[in-house]
Amino acid sequence: MSVASQDTAIRTGRAVRTLIYLVLVLFALFYLLPLYVMVVNSVKPLVEITGGGMMNLPQVFTLEPWAKAWSSAQIGVQPTGLSPYFWNSIKMVVPAVAISTVLGALNGYVLTKWRFKYDTILFGLILFACFIPFQIVLIPMAKMLGLMGLAGTTWGLVLVHVVYGVGFTTLYFRNYYAVFPTELIRAAQIDGAGFFQIFWRILLPSSGPIAVVSIIWQFTNIWNDFLFGASFAGADSQPMTVALNNLVQASHGVKEYNVHFAGAILAALPTLLVYIVAGRYFVRGLMAGSVKG
Amino acid sequence: MARAAQADFKTRLQVWLPKLVLSPSLALMLVFVYGFIVFSVYLSFTDSRLLPSYGWVGLENYSKLWRLSHWWTSISNMAVFAFLYIGICTFLGLGLAIFLDQKIRAEGMLRTIYLYPMALSFIVTGTAWKWFLDPGIGLENVMQSWGWVSFEFDWIKNRDFAIYTVVLAAVWQTSGFVMAMFLAGLRGIDNEILKAAQMDGASNWNLYRRIIIPQLRPAFLSAFVILSHLAIKTFDLVIALTGGGPGRATELPATFMYSYTFSRNQMGIGAASATIMLMTIAAIMIPYLYAELREKS
Repeated sequence: MSVASQDTAIRTGRAVRTLIYLVLVLFALFYLLPLYVMVVNSVKPLVEITGGGMMNLPQVFTLEPWAKAWSSAQIGVQPTGLSPYFWNSIKMVVPAVAISTVLGALNGYVLTKWRFKYDTILFGLILFACFIPFQIVLIPMAKMLGLMGLAGTTWGLVLVHVVYGVGFTTLYFRNYYAVFPTELIRAAQIDGAGFFQIFWRILLPSSGPIAVVSIIWQFTNIWNDFLFGASFAGADSQPMTVALNNLVQASHGVKEYNVHFAGAILAALPTLLVYIVAGRYFVRGLMAGSVKG
Repeated sequence: MARAAQADFKTRLQVWLPKLVLSPSLALMLVFVYGFIVFSVYLSFTDSRLLPSYGWVGLENYSKLWRLSHWWTSISNMAVFAFLYIGICTFLGLGLAIFLDQKIRAEGMLRTIYLYPMALSFIVTGTAWKWFLDPGIGLENVMQSWGWVSFEFDWIKNRDFAIYTVVLAAVWQTSGFVMAMFLAGLRGIDNEILKAAQMDGASNWNLYRRIIIPQLRPAFLSAFVILSHLAIKTFDLVIALTGGGPGRATELPATFMYSYTFSRNQMGIGAASATIMLMTIAAIMIPYLYAELREKS
């Protein structure tokens, strides 16, 4: 633990340090720039943007673009705003995250504490499944959803996200349970505890942190997904990302940039909030998903 | 008798339970991942157009694919994009990580700022950059309204430069993540070696060049694998930022596959392009995963 958080032994002079701070602050501005653009332009009237004032603070402050983006902007054929799509996303994300996390926890438990022949190969197969380009499954998935009667439905999307998310959740729980003392499990077995009892009484109570990581990772990925939403959603199950894209790309009428920016923030808000509240876990998920094994 | 049989059943259940619990996920994966891969690869050898069809045509789709200028545009765009995206993200990520590692005040806040784009959807990122780079209302217009009348910046509308705007937005989104990977690597380096080298009078530059950066090899490898995998999958960002245009200037294999399969009714060719994407990713991921798994066991 102490190794991971130690400070570097490198010493730097005053001039170099000033330069370093300067560069770091400049890059902070670079990363903040699009957020600034989105926020200030979402609260000003359209004329201020088209008149060359994109970088200026609003002269007239208005929440009109937010209201319009949420409840009355034209998306597709209906002037419904983004709100129905926001709820579509929620209805899709909540069950998909819950199911894939539960499955991942059980899989991780089996793969680490009930080892059997070929389990490493199996895990390798699960792992590779995380990284396939989804283009390779789009056509058969469309056909399969049709066969199952789930084409264009929220439950169809839930199924898709569970299937392609369970690899990651399994990875998280497997790596977490791998370092959990197996002696405890053996002791419980000798005392007569069964498969689920061990999971329920011994592993689950200490799984809090990794469950948070898994939930955040799945939530962010599924909320932000566009490819599956665009390919498989029907008119009344389209998620937020697809609706936002339709709003921004609409070719008819005046381009209401301020409404687009407000809509973009609305689409970003849930994941951004999660990042701000639980950033530590978000980063852990990213790192575990990248440096695997 | 009955009790013994019941006990026997119970022990057998305990033996089978782990496999039983694993089997739903396994079945899903075998069908929805590996079964689907087989199906898509098979389709790439058929005359499928609007819908899957099973007339075998051999390698015809592949030979058609490689004769399409549209596909060549996607491939060469991918080469430019992947090279710049991976290169810049790695360089920037490493640089920022080294700088952040110098006992910087407010390190936590800076890290949070560098990494937040990773939480956003590519559609949001694309929207923000699309309008910021738009010559009509964005940077160009702003500069002109500030008095720099001759300022021009129309890359996003320019066939020769539009791909670089995709690079810019993609780098903006992921470089903070690469920074975090390198920072974790830097924090794992043993200070004793550094102190010993400092005693011997090594300069900071040499410390980094000779000792620290060579030790970051695993982080470089992970960054390369993750970034190349992300590059090949890039789809939403192009859709939101440029829609593949102007013309076909920012088409990538993922957008090519999507439009040939779903809007041009050339499913066979779409499946062939998806197969090539899969093989490219497999060529990168399989050796990496194999090495990682072997190391662990």
